[in-house]
Amino acid sequence: MDKILADIEIEVILNDVYQLYGYDFSEYAKASLTRRINRLYSMDRFTSVTDFLYRIRTDENYIRRFVEEITVNVTEMFRDISFFSCLRKEVIPILSTYPHIRIWHAGCSSGEEAFSMAILLKEAGLLHKSIIYATDINPDVIHSAAKGIFHTAKMKLYSENYIASGGTKEFSSYYTANYDRTVFSQELKDKIVFATHNLVSDRSFNEFQLILCRNVMIYFEKELQDKVLTTFKDSLEQLGFLALGSKETLRFSPIVTSYKIFSYKDRIWRKNI
Amino acid sequence: MEKEHLSKKLKLLMIGGSAGALNVLMQIIPHLKKDLSFPIVIILHRKADSESSLEYLLDMVASLPVKEIEDKEKMLAGKIYLVPADYHLLIEKNGLFSLDASEKIHYCRPAIDVTLESAAAVFPGEVAALILSGANGDGTAGAQAVKATGGIVWVQSPDSASIDYMPQYVIDHSDVDRILEIEDMAKAINELL
Repeated sequence: MDKILADIEIEVILNDVYQLYGYDFSEYAKASLTRRINRLYSMDRFTSVTDFLYRIRTDENYIRRFVEEITVNVTEMFRDISFFSCLRKEVIPILSTYPHIRIWHAGCSSGEEAFSMAILLKEAGLLHKSIIYATDINPDVIHSAAKGIFHTAKMKLYSENYIASGGTKEFSSYYTANYDRTVFSQELKDKIVFATHNLVSDRSFNEFQLILCRNVMIYFEKELQDKVLTTFKDSLEQLGFLALGSKETLRFSPIVTSYKIFSYKDRIWRKNI
Repeated sequence: MEKEHLSKKLKLLMIGGSAGALNVLMQIIPHLKKDLSFPIVIILHRKADSESSLEYLLDMVASLPVKEIEDKEKMLAGKIYLVPADYHLLIEKNGLFSLDASEKIHYCRPAIDVTLESAAAVFPGEVAALILSGANGDGTAGAQAVKATGGIVWVQSPDSASIDYMPQYVIDHSDVDRILEIEDMAKAINELL
């Protein structure tokens, strides 16, 4: 991809987005952010930064597209088989001892992982006493996730992931397929609270026994990662679990001393007492 | 041709490849000197669900430590870093690695272009790239970016590649400093400064 916009132009764009709409991308990892902005600029066929800025400043609908395209929304159900197997076999049995289970999917994107979690909890007989909070910066993505509607074409892969990670039920019993749209059951949806939440600017809103934030902080600079990790630490009960993406680690953060490794392979840590 | 040395000290060597490249790497890395003054990043196309066994395979034959990259790891001279399957690798100005799970490029994640372009942007004139065997046009845009910013681009000689498409594509579309036979690669890398 050609480098289309100069660093200074990108700074002006980000400053406008912050001033006008309150989205603060200043501590996002620059290399990736620059790529995303240049990608959007060429995808939407802008020919000058002036046009791009004018659109951002004047079109409130365009800012929604901007946020959706700048943030990466790549997710699937039961992605990382080993991780979901560890959740099922090792983490959930520990969670089962609590009277109420509160779980936070931070940066849940279109919600596939939250629904995967609801299925795990249901199969462990724990769904009735659980609440899953699924949050994302992007209101449009949250709106669609809350409907629990996914592309039918993806169900084959999700079903394979489900079985490979230890699922034994009929995966199709959790949804109703209607041509190209598949709707997950109301029972699962009832236990998931979808809400917008910006990890950059919003604080914690509850105490949890498990926080999942997988492949979200890779787009943040290290300083912002450390800040968000502090939010997570403050939002976890003692002995609560933190789950990150398969190539993310606490090793490079001072917060590491607040946790013990639960499974390094599956990137799960447990908060100290 | 034969532009062996950069005006500035080399920050990073990137080796990109696809089908047929692993075999070449296995022949190069046992012969690298232990005190290389720069890190090497390997961007190899492979299946999304690959376990990290490639790390062990390369580590067994390498004289330098081989490590699969974790997000926000700091790159260090004298180490060989492997980009994990299913992630793109970007380089930050402060020398940290950033992983990225966004859309595939050329049907690939990791894509060689992503890393080369990113490194060329943050370290202009201070990076080198070596493109090996492969059946894909990935690597060419990255090579162009490296050349445009004053870096070094080498390619495996298409005659020696199991699949010549990738190195040939770079030669046809970008300036190239050297075309290397497999047996000359380790020596060339060891002489980089």
